[in-house]
Parts: sequence; structure tokens; C-alpha cells
Amino acid sequence: MTGFQTLLSRLGVGAALLALVSGFLGGGSDMAVIGGSLLLVLAGVRHVYGILPHIVIDLAAGLVGMAVLLVVLASGMGADFWWLLVASWLFCWLAVERGMMASTNTAMFSNVILLAVPVFFGIWIIFVWQMLAVGLDIPMVLLPSPAQIAVRFMASTSVLWADFQQTFLKAALIGYILGCGSAFILAIIIDRVPFLQRGLLPVGNFVSALPVIGIAPIMVMWFGFDWQSKAAVVVVMTFFPMLVNTVAGLQASQAMERDLLRTYASSYFQLLINLRLPTAAPFIFNALKINSTLALIGAIVAEFFGTPIVGLGFRISTEVGRMNLDMVWAEIVVAALAGSISYGLLSLLEKQVTFWHPSNRRNHS
Amino acid sequence: MNAAVARVFPIATVVAAIMIVWYGFTVYLNAPWQIERYEKAGIEWQMEDLVRDTMALDRPILPAPHQIAIEIWQTTVEKKITSKRSLIYHGGITLSSTLLGFLMGTVLGIGLAVSIVENRAMDKSLMPWIITSQTIPILAIAPMIIVVLNSVGLTGLLPKALISTYLSFFPVVVGMVKGLRSPDPMHIDLMRTYKASRMQLFWKLRLPASVPFLFASMKVAIAISLVGAIVGELPTGAIAGLGARLLAGSYYGQTIQIWSALISAACMAAILISIVGLISHITLKRMGLQQ
Repeated sequence: MTGFQTLLSRLGVGAALLALVSGFLGGGSDMAVIGGSLLLVLAGVRHVYGILPHIVIDLAAGLVGMAVLLVVLASGMGADFWWLLVASWLFCWLAVERGMMASTNTAMFSNVILLAVPVFFGIWIIFVWQMLAVGLDIPMVLLPSPAQIAVRFMASTSVLWADFQQTFLKAALIGYILGCGSAFILAIIIDRVPFLQRGLLPVGNFVSALPVIGIAPIMVMWFGFDWQSKAAVVVVMTFFPMLVNTVAGLQASQAMERDLLRTYASSYFQLLINLRLPTAAPFIFNALKINSTLALIGAIVAEFFGTPIVGLGFRISTEVGRMNLDMVWAEIVVAALAGSISYGLLSLLEKQVTFWHPSNRRNHS
Repeated sequence: MNAAVARVFPIATVVAAIMIVWYGFTVYLNAPWQIERYEKAGIEWQMEDLVRDTMALDRPILPAPHQIAIEIWQTTVEKKITSKRSLIYHGGITLSSTLLGFLMGTVLGIGLAVSIVENRAMDKSLMPWIITSQTIPILAIAPMIIVVLNSVGLTGLLPKALISTYLSFFPVVVGMVKGLRSPDPMHIDLMRTYKASRMQLFWKLRLPASVPFLFASMKVAIAISLVGAIVGELPTGAIAGLGARLLAGSYYGQTIQIWSALISAACMAAILISIVGLISHITLKRMGLQQ
């Protein structure tokens, strides 16, 4: 048991005691809250004195606290409720902290724990959000609760799907493929001409740091309201990161390796395919991952400057105007899911393609 | 001297090529509209008339570079700074929220990076979500966040700066985590043989080692802060700032105004990045880390 864990459990006990005290002082407090706090106090004292030091008990204490909070959750909660929230959070953190220690000591569950920890953290974020939104009685026009968003999400899947199709499948995806593809081809051409390399690379570096998103109104003027203008914005946004990274990647192979292939009398294309493109892959994937987020941003922001009556950006801007914040958040969930999943897929593909790269090799230390 | 020419010459060539292509497109894109005008007025026209007139339109589809330069000159030098039409006034507003957001983002990023490096539970729980946070197209929902924050009573600089913060903390976290972990295991072992405490290890080895990484991330962060500030200005009812100029320009079809706002944003980005680069150069040199 490290000092930090003791600190966590002591703070947890303190918060649970405060929940108890404020529950009794406030009067009319829910029995469940008092019971839950009492349980957490006991669990914390147990941990501090090292009786039954099993990690499951800490985790269970945290989870019981969460369950109690969920049961009693209503608008306008008292101080005891919030102290119990703090106490449960501290206990969950303690459990995670101990889980991490266990994962370094035993190899058996380490993979499960390493996957479970971030998921658990995500659950906690949503949980706290729900507690705050309902417990503090935050009006929906400011911040809808996760439950409201989920209900709205389920109720309007058809609208969300249409928006997703318009913004993601048409504008973002087509623009992404065109932008990354043309940049890739240009990078290979540039690579053959050193003069262009020295001239275009600084310009490319400069442009990829610019607020390219600003061209959105111009593109809407040129290519009309439909998805073509959004795809054009995406092309311009994704082009330069891809160009700069691919050119850098093509230079990443070492002179030794190139010389080796030359002694094998390999042609330019053999050299390109067998050596230079594989060594460029980490750079290319880096650009592809950056661009996957940029593409979605570009497509959505471009819709603020004029669009047919469908699309994620259009829906967000109109529903904000109508104060339907739950719908807005449902669209954000769609965008976030699309962004995360495409990022995840690219990472997976990267691991497959660049399995040889040091960052993907399993660490045996 | 020769080395400088060898560096600048290719860049100048590419920039010149871009300019030529730009002028070509100016004529090409604006020609149909200009020809229509000639025909309506019943004027006989020659090629040189067309070229001259397509570059002098009021609301061209694509303005010529010199038109934009003239517009920028007029709205910066010839207008009073307090004027609502002055680009310096709008640029200043964008700049202030960019810098505030950049500052907050950097501080937040460093704080998160330190806690991630020092605590494994934080590392495992926070890091995946920090990456996920950037796959959410925050720029796309920036207008909504501004509207919501406005209705809570947060107005003016802060909401825009928060968008910049959200964007700029990420590169700082990633860079700083890398930087704080960059010390050679050999150096860490050496510190241990000196019986250095965790704090001493941090202040005397990890932090100095992370400085080059910090500056590299700050260059990215300041550029992205500017983007955040500009997008954050879009929904404020087009009151002030470069983003507002963009939006107003697109509402009224004032293409020259859009382009001049865009070019000044680009210049601002370039200047900000080179300022950070300069500070980084000086600092690293004094620390003896410059290669």
C-alpha cells in the first residue's frame, strides 16, 4: 500500500463522514444516502487499517456509492448527496490505483485492467455529468443530461442517419479521399524533383499551419450549397498535412538501406514499393489520423455558411437556434462516434501495416 | 550568401508560380460574369479589356492578389484603429482571445502532462480520453458552446478563449508527456545514485529535458488557437474579429473582404509561430540544448 493510496482512502473516509454529518444536520435526509455513507466510512477505515485488504472491496464500496446516488437522484440535492459523490469517486479512484499496481505485479489480468480503466473513467464522466445536470437542476437549454440525450438519440435515428450520410459519407469522406490521395501522388512527384521539394515544402508547412477553415465561405460561393463545396473545403484542409508528412516519410529511409537495394539493382519503383513507402507508412498514417479529424471539422464548419436542409453542421446550427440542446448533443455524439471510430480504424490499420515499427512492438522489458 | 539564395530561390519560384496561377484563375473565373456585363452594355471587347476588367471587379468570384493587398492596405493603414472597418481592430480582438486561449491551454496541458507522467492511474484513465476529446469536432460545435456560454453570462473574450484552450491543450499534453519521459534511463539512474527525490528528479532532469518538446508543441498550439478563436467568432452575430469579418463578407458577397480577412489571419498565424520559434531558439540556446 503506497502513501498515495492511504491518502485517497483517508480523504474518502473524510468525505463519507462529511456526508453523514451533513445528512444528520440537514435532517430529512434519505436513509439510502446515510446507509451508503456509513458503508463507505467502514470500507475506508478497513482500508486504512489494512483489514481484509482485497481490492474488490474498495471497488464494491465505490460502486455501491454510485448505485445509491443513482437511486436517490432527484433535482435539488443536499450537501450529503454531493459529499457521497466525492467519497464514491475517491473510492473508485483508489480501486483503479490499486488495480494499476496489481497489473504491474501480475501479468494475468493486466490486459483486462488496462482496458477496463479508461472505460471506467469514461463511465464516471457520464455519471458525474448526469448527477450534476439533474442534481443541480441545470436547465436543458444549457446542458442536457446524458439520459435526455440518449432518449433524443434513440427517438431521432432517422434524422441523424440522414445528417450522417450527408456530412460524413458524402462531404467528409469524398473530400478526405480526394485530398489525401492527390497529396500522396503529388508528394511522390515532388520527391523526384529536389527543386520542388525545397520550394513546396516550406510553403506546404506554412499552409498547414494556417486557419484553412476560413476558405469555407469561399468554397460555398464557388461550389454551391450541396456537399461538393464541403468536400472542397475538406480537400484543401487535408491536402497539406498529407503532403508534408508523406514527403517527410519518403525521406525517412536510411542511406544504407537504399544502397543495399541499389546493389540488388532495384529500379526506382521497386525501391519505392519495397523500401521507401513502407518506411514512410508511420508518417503517412500520422497524417491520415490528423486528417480524419480535420475532415469532419471542415465538413461541419462549412455547413454553417450555407447548406441544403440536411447535415450535421446545419442541424447543429438550427437546433441551437431553437434551443433543442438535446438534439444538438445527439448530433455531437454522432460526430464524436464517427470521429473516434474512424480514428480507431486507422490506428488498427496502422498497427497491421507498420507492425515492424518500434512503437508497435510489444515491450518485453 | 549562396546558401541563402539556394534556400530562398525555390520558395520564391513556387510562390511566384502560385501567383501566376492565381492571376490566371482570376481571369478565368471572373470572365463569364464580365462577358455577360459587356454584352448587356453592348460593348465590343478585346482580350486585354477582359483581363483588365476581371481584375477590377467589385465583388469578384476570385479577387486578384493586388486587389486584396490594396484592401488590406486600406483597412489597416488608412483607417483609424478604433474604426469598425479597421482590420487592425478586428485582428486585435482575435489576437487577444487567441493569446488568452493559448496561455490557458498551455498551462492546462502542462498540468495534465505532469499528472499523467507522475501517476500511472491518471495516465491510463486520462490519456485515451484526451485523444478521444480531439476526435470530437470541437470547432464544429464551437458556435453552440459560445451561444450556451453567452446565455450563462460568460461573454466577450472568455468563451472564444475556451475554444482555443480546448484545441491547444492537446498538442501540449502530447508533447510534454513525450518530453517528460524523454530523459535517458542512464540519466535517471545517475540521479538515483545521487539519491535524488522524486521532486528533484522532476525539477532537475525531467522538466529541463521536456523544454524542446514543449516549444515544438507550443508552435502547433498557437496556430490551432488562432483557428479556434476565428471559428469562435463566427456565431457572435458577426460583431468583431476576423471570424466576424469572414462571416459578414460571406453574407454580403464581399469576396475581397473575405480574402483580406483570410490573408491577415494567415499573416497573423505566421507571425505568432515565428515569435514562438524565436523564443524557443533563444531559450534553447541559453539552456545549451540547441543543436
